Amino acid sequence: MIKKLAKSIREYKKETILTPLSVAVEVVLEVIVPYLMAELIDKGVYEGSMDNIVKIGIELIVFTVLSLIFGALSGLFAAKASSGFAKNLRKDLYYKVQTFSFANIDKFSTSSIVTRLTTDVTNVQNAFQMIIRIAIRAPLMLIFSLVMALKINIKMSLIFLILIPIVGAILFILSRIAMPIFEKVFKKYDNLNNVVEENTSGIRVVKSFVLEEEEKEKFAEASQEIFELFTKGDKIVALNSPIMQFAMYSGMLLISWIGARLIITSNMTELTTGELTSLITYAIQILFSVMMLTMISVMLTISMSSAKRIVEVLDEEPSIKNCNNPVKKVKDGSIEYKNVAFSYIGKKNKEVLKNINFTINSGETVGIIGGTGVGKSSLVNLIPRLYDVTEGELLVGGVNVKKYDIEQLREAVSCVLQKNVLFSGTIKENLRWGNEDATDEELVEACKLAQADGFISEFPDKYDTYIEQGGTNVSGGQKQRICIARALLKKPKILILDDSTSAVDTKTDKLIRDAFNKKIPDTTKIIIAQRISSVEECDKIIVMKQGKIDAIGNHNELMKSNEIYKEVYESQTQQSE
Amino acid sequence: MDNKKTMQDKRPKISGNTVKRLLKIIVSNYKKFLIVVFICIVISSIVSVSAPLFSERLIDDYIVPLLREENPQFNGLNKLILIMAGVFAMGVFASFVYSRLMVTISEGTIKRIRDDMFNKMQKLPIRYFDTHTHGDIMSHYTNDIDTLARMISDSLPQLISSILSLIAVLISMFVQSWQLTLFVLAFVLIMLRTTKSITKRSGSYFVGQQATLGKVNGYIEEMINGQKVVKVFNYEDRAKRNFDRINDELFDNMVNANRFSNILMPILNNLGNLEYVLVAILGAYLAISGKVQGLTIGVIASFLALTRSFNQPIKNVSSQVNMIIMAMAGATRIFELVDEEPEVDDGYVTLVNANIDKDGNIIESEKYTGHWAWKYKHQDGTLEYIELKGYIEMENVNFGYEDDKEILHDITLYAKPGQKIAFVGATGAGKTTITNLINRFYDIKDGKIRYDGINVNKIKKDDLRRSLGLVLQDTNLFTGTIKENIKYGKLDATDEEVIEAAKIANAHDFISMLPKGYDTMLTGNGSQLSQGQRQLLSIARCAVNNPPVMILDEATSSIDTRTEKLVQDGMDKLMQGRTVFVIAHRLSTVRNSKAIMVLENGRIIERGTHEQLLEEKGQYYQLYTGAFELE
Repeated sequence: MIKKLAKSIREYKKETILTPLSVAVEVVLEVIVPYLMAELIDKGVYEGSMDNIVKIGIELIVFTVLSLIFGALSGLFAAKASSGFAKNLRKDLYYKVQTFSFANIDKFSTSSIVTRLTTDVTNVQNAFQMIIRIAIRAPLMLIFSLVMALKINIKMSLIFLILIPIVGAILFILSRIAMPIFEKVFKKYDNLNNVVEENTSGIRVVKSFVLEEEEKEKFAEASQEIFELFTKGDKIVALNSPIMQFAMYSGMLLISWIGARLIITSNMTELTTGELTSLITYAIQILFSVMMLTMISVMLTISMSSAKRIVEVLDEEPSIKNCNNPVKKVKDGSIEYKNVAFSYIGKKNKEVLKNINFTINSGETVGIIGGTGVGKSSLVNLIPRLYDVTEGELLVGGVNVKKYDIEQLREAVSCVLQKNVLFSGTIKENLRWGNEDATDEELVEACKLAQADGFISEFPDKYDTYIEQGGTNVSGGQKQRICIARALLKKPKILILDDSTSAVDTKTDKLIRDAFNKKIPDTTKIIIAQRISSVEECDKIIVMKQGKIDAIGNHNELMKSNEIYKEVYESQTQQSE
Repeated sequence: MDNKKTMQDKRPKISGNTVKRLLKIIVSNYKKFLIVVFICIVISSIVSVSAPLFSERLIDDYIVPLLREENPQFNGLNKLILIMAGVFAMGVFASFVYSRLMVTISEGTIKRIRDDMFNKMQKLPIRYFDTHTHGDIMSHYTNDIDTLARMISDSLPQLISSILSLIAVLISMFVQSWQLTLFVLAFVLIMLRTTKSITKRSGSYFVGQQATLGKVNGYIEEMINGQKVVKVFNYEDRAKRNFDRINDELFDNMVNANRFSNILMPILNNLGNLEYVLVAILGAYLAISGKVQGLTIGVIASFLALTRSFNQPIKNVSSQVNMIIMAMAGATRIFELVDEEPEVDDGYVTLVNANIDKDGNIIESEKYTGHWAWKYKHQDGTLEYIELKGYIEMENVNFGYEDDKEILHDITLYAKPGQKIAFVGATGAGKTTITNLINRFYDIKDGKIRYDGINVNKIKKDDLRRSLGLVLQDTNLFTGTIKENIKYGKLDATDEEVIEAAKIANAHDFISMLPKGYDTMLTGNGSQLSQGQRQLLSIARCAVNNPPVMILDEATSSIDTRTEKLVQDGMDKLMQGRTVFVIAHRLSTVRNSKAIMVLENGRIIERGTHEQLLEEKGQYYQLYTGAFELE
């Protein structure tokens, strides 16, 4: 897993290596400083030698300045390395998602992909920065300080060897007790945020049923739970600081007590007063390193789950890929379904489409009608290979869709999805999704076809009108027509409208269809609709029922022979007459 | 330059009031705790200062004199160690006590603030929710609370103990050697200046980083949500290009922000070390040269240790500065929310259960009777009971969401009990606004709205809303079982009532098909159900409430025609015998209304029955024949 993530370091390898190196240098220097301090006191102050003081003093100043430089350098390198790593990781994830098929996206769900690309990346970035800085610093500090302490006096250092594992173990155990509590808290936190979220978006419902008091109780309950858990967890964490102090003080007392005796009995031969002071300094440095280490282990465990989620995305194989030597050109807009069956991944035996056989000639207009969930959208999503058939074959222009270059296939098949989306940006920018190089004239022409030019021209900013995210500042009908124009700009061989005129009034709906017949007669048009009037005039109408084709025919034929069609027709005409 | 300026402008503004108010909340609730905490922090600070002084006494008073003795006696030394052990034990205990108490104080305060905020939010008028994005409201509960919590639990005690330690250390340093102390102070000044200039820079880059991070996350969210469209249009490469551009921008900001915050600590650390060395050299020089009396090795050793103790709190405070600023900005936002004007309710007419006898007399009842009455307390003290029937009148109503922009002009209409009144018109014509006024989500500027002849301003808001059912286009379901969601309409409803309501709404069939039936858990606004099923549930929720007046606002517009039939039937059943206001986008829904109001730019331009309006050959006729679009 770490290997996989490390791939994203790339051009920041230099900084990634330099960071721990400068940290190491900084640590060594920082450890030497107290040692020299001891020298300064012993050889300088105690012996009253000004020469030694100046000599050691200059050494000390040089070391400190160097340590400052390397410390700052490590900070600078770390900033670049971690930001760069995050940048690449985000990029790798985003690029990977671009290769995903619809099935891959469905598997993760969009909201989960978004979390992985945002929150999880930030978590892993923080962990990364911590590893290359502190996770290197703490153990190095521990080791070097210990070495220096051993160098000063081996016997005295035994005190450290006893203290370190005890303190380390206590802190580690505490963190492991506290961690599951905090994990629980985060889940409860989601609960609480959920209550708030539901109350902000559903405030009209809450107020109209006069349930403010009940909602307050619900919230107070969640809030109380969090309070209790947090207090429990934090009280354990709060033990850290007294424990650290206890360890520090007892270490200091032990060193002072044993050290003082040693100095006196050996008459400064085995230990000097200066060395005693530096031993105490090392004791403090060592204990802080131990505390750092336990903290790091907690943080890393937390970010581990984020790392796992990221790797899941990176490891995901796109379920639809180009075959070898793909066919580049789509000959025409003919379509043929041969014994096609389809089920969404993970739902075996739950086939959405079964036994589909029919042919559409290039340039025909075909209507598809049927209730919700009968598989209309699934049927057409197979044409541009948004999903792959589970069984059978689907031919476009006489060639199996799996043999095409996917990009070329999708260039030829333009699909206006049922859940369509406009993006924040001007109308022009949105339209150019269909064709990046389209001229302004081409944009206007496509909009005229889609009956969108009229209302766009009435906007004060016309084609430069800014569309808010999700297209919330245009009406449903206007949005659908912009989406149709966008799809037309691809100049496709096959145009699929998946319930794309439901919010457009019947008259405009008809104008769009008439324009299609006149201006793009050679394009195969497939129209999924709820309204009979939208498909009435089609060359062929497919009536679907529970994943199967119930009947195919034109309006007159179906009115005579098909029950479902007749029923829908009658219910709709009665309602509106 | 301009860019930088705006960045700095975005830096959170903090008023002194926020700090005062926050302290007041903490102090007023935890006075006793705080006194104990303060005492403990004082003890713990004094003990931590005494540690280096202990080294001095150890060396000067014991080790050095004992070195000169032939047969050193360790009794005094042992005694000192024992005393210090006692002192240290006290320090550890004090720190144990205060860190635990601080947990209770900080978590308790946060809980209090959070609860206050939510309780306040429930009292806010709809206007607040219409004028603030959900993300913005949510961030009060997440970002703002989180930073504030961390500040109270970490930064606050650190700040107190740092300041106390600083004072204690400074005094001891002065006692030891005022000359060296002056030198240290001069050095500290340099450290503080460095901190200031670094945090200032990192602060503005940090704001920039947050802004671009928001941008990148926003882009990711928008594009991933539209990923299927991206695929359909072969837009992947262009999406990658755009992404790279803002991702690189984020990188630049992030590097700069991290750069400054990363170098702060090593610089302060090493400046501290440098100071330490310089003090040592200076001290040693002064000691050896004998220019300063009483400067012994022990004094220097302990002074050096004090220097360290002095640097520590300065470093602590420096690293907390950004945190404290951010937390205070969060607290300011939280208090802004808490200070919002709540929805006022001075209504005094209440809704009561009632029995109606043969002569039409209304007698108030404690229990559910199936009949309700308005209890009207007149100013002269007399009580009047008016039967709840559902008669709604609007008279010359004018209204605007903003004072200078009137949206509804001179609306006059009435709905007799049991009548169905429909509103049609383009988006923005004011249909929804009218219904917002009936249940007093917003209050009118001019004119009168009466409910059973009573001015709605006189009716207690809660009771007014209880008597009105509302079904909206956006169904909002809550996390919980289907049963709980239906019960939302009437909390004490029995299971039979719930099933009955579901049957009325045509929801019973699909609920029974679910593996867990009425106990199916719904999460994320019922995302596992179809739009139509969600709508059926919201109708059932309204049915169990059994209100005499209902408002249906575009309740069927996002449902396919086949399910619409089901929903429509459900609604038709529900509408029987009730006063109903319908806003619809499909004209078939409004055809059988008693009266249809055609709205344009906030005015009723046509009114009448379906047949009358068709005959008039006006706007409605055009809409109906499809010459105009309804959007």
